[in-house]
Amino acid sequence: MSYHVPKAEGEIDPTFSGRATGGYPLWEVFIRAKRGLNHVHAGSIHAPDAETAVLAARDVYTRRSEGVSIWVVPSAQIHASDPDEADAFFDSDKPYRHPTFYEIPEEVGHM
Amino acid sequence: MTTTPSLTPPAPPQSPEERFQSLIGAGEKIEPRDWMPEAYRSTMIRQIAQHAHSEVIGQQPEGNWITRAPTLVRKAILIAKVQDEAGHGLYLYSAAETLGVSRHELTELLHAGRQKYSSIFNYPTLTWADIGCIGWLVDGAAITNQVMLSRTSYGPYARAMVKICKEESFHQRQGYEIMLSLVKGTEAQRAMAQDALNRWWWPSLVMFGPPDTDSPHTPESVAWGIKLETNDELRQRFIDTTVPQADHLGLTIPDPELRWNDERGHYDFGPIDWDDFWRVIKGDGPCNRERMAHKLAAWNEGAWVREAAQAHAAKRAARAAAEGTEHRRVHEGDVTTDETAGDQQ
Repeated sequence: MSYHVPKAEGEIDPTFSGRATGGYPLWEVFIRAKRGLNHVHAGSIHAPDAETAVLAARDVYTRRSEGVSIWVVPSAQIHASDPDEADAFFDSDKPYRHPTFYEIPEEVGHM
Repeated sequence: MTTTPSLTPPAPPQSPEERFQSLIGAGEKIEPRDWMPEAYRSTMIRQIAQHAHSEVIGQQPEGNWITRAPTLVRKAILIAKVQDEAGHGLYLYSAAETLGVSRHELTELLHAGRQKYSSIFNYPTLTWADIGCIGWLVDGAAITNQVMLSRTSYGPYARAMVKICKEESFHQRQGYEIMLSLVKGTEAQRAMAQDALNRWWWPSLVMFGPPDTDSPHTPESVAWGIKLETNDELRQRFIDTTVPQADHLGLTIPDPELRWNDERGHYDFGPIDWDDFWRVIKGDGPCNRERMAHKLAAWNEGAWVREAAQAHAAKRAARAAAEGTEHRRVHEGDVTTDETAGDQQ
């Protein structure tokens, strides 16, 4: 459980292949904690197929009643925005979209 | 969630290095697809992999007692705990994989002896009291580390730690409760508890790693927000919280130099035998060979199961493609199954 192992003779850093070589494909796991809430990303799991992935996700991510429903999605099917382009991609310069941009006289009361 | 509206002009563009360091400086997390220095990436992979390997190998000393647990409840608890360790290993491998390395590669590196796991698991579990001491001391030390790591700068690692810490609390409490039961028992049971404490105390202190004066990676790890406290600080905190727990059990910590220092506000303790620590890391601990042999045997003997599962998945996928049906799909928030005739054979 500790990880503070100083480097010993013969130890190497892994090569960064950037892909899962060998082993089962990877799935992203989404869990609905209880009725009324969205499925939320919980982590990922290796499994040979979707059915086994759901079973493995149950064992790995819901050992303590953390969920009432599980989705699994092949990790390769996730398309993401580019973090390096986040500033340009996400709108953050329109303060007038927020309610606090507008000053309402106190006597008007809560609005 | 909304951001605070502001009319301040956008900050001037930063280089990737500047952005990385400013995120860390602001206490923000680094996420998988962010630019990061290669040394940060490799340090993170190495640390998370070692941590994952430790969880997986850590199943062995406790698994050793599942068939001999003294009661059915203790047995059920131990099975749940060992299953947790497997789960912790999987959360951590997942976190490592976000850095561009596969679990398969890491497993092969462990098997080839080219990556390490915590030396604590190279000590044997000789009596039932060892199961108590592992929960109380080994998991206690792990919690001390992992609470700090739940604030580490790499997002996926920090999130894995939050989840693990919640579960470790059960581990530590069940271990301490085993010790409590033993010290309330017969003279022989009290002696067994003391003997286990004698054997696990020093290896537990060693879990925090070499002293700061001899830990070359610490300053860099601190600058990158990987480590927020040093090995010696964490070790001292563990000792300070654990000594009163030992006193409550009426057990004696096997360190004649251990005493409260009013001036420092901490316990002073005797010197740690680092030669023994290095001997165990280099492969000559009591159980190094046994642990790796068992791990390799489990891996090799399970190979046909992995191959069969993949062959089965490929066969079903091919059949589904031929029939133009999807086996499982998400519909209105629930996973449903399309049972085809072929599935029911």
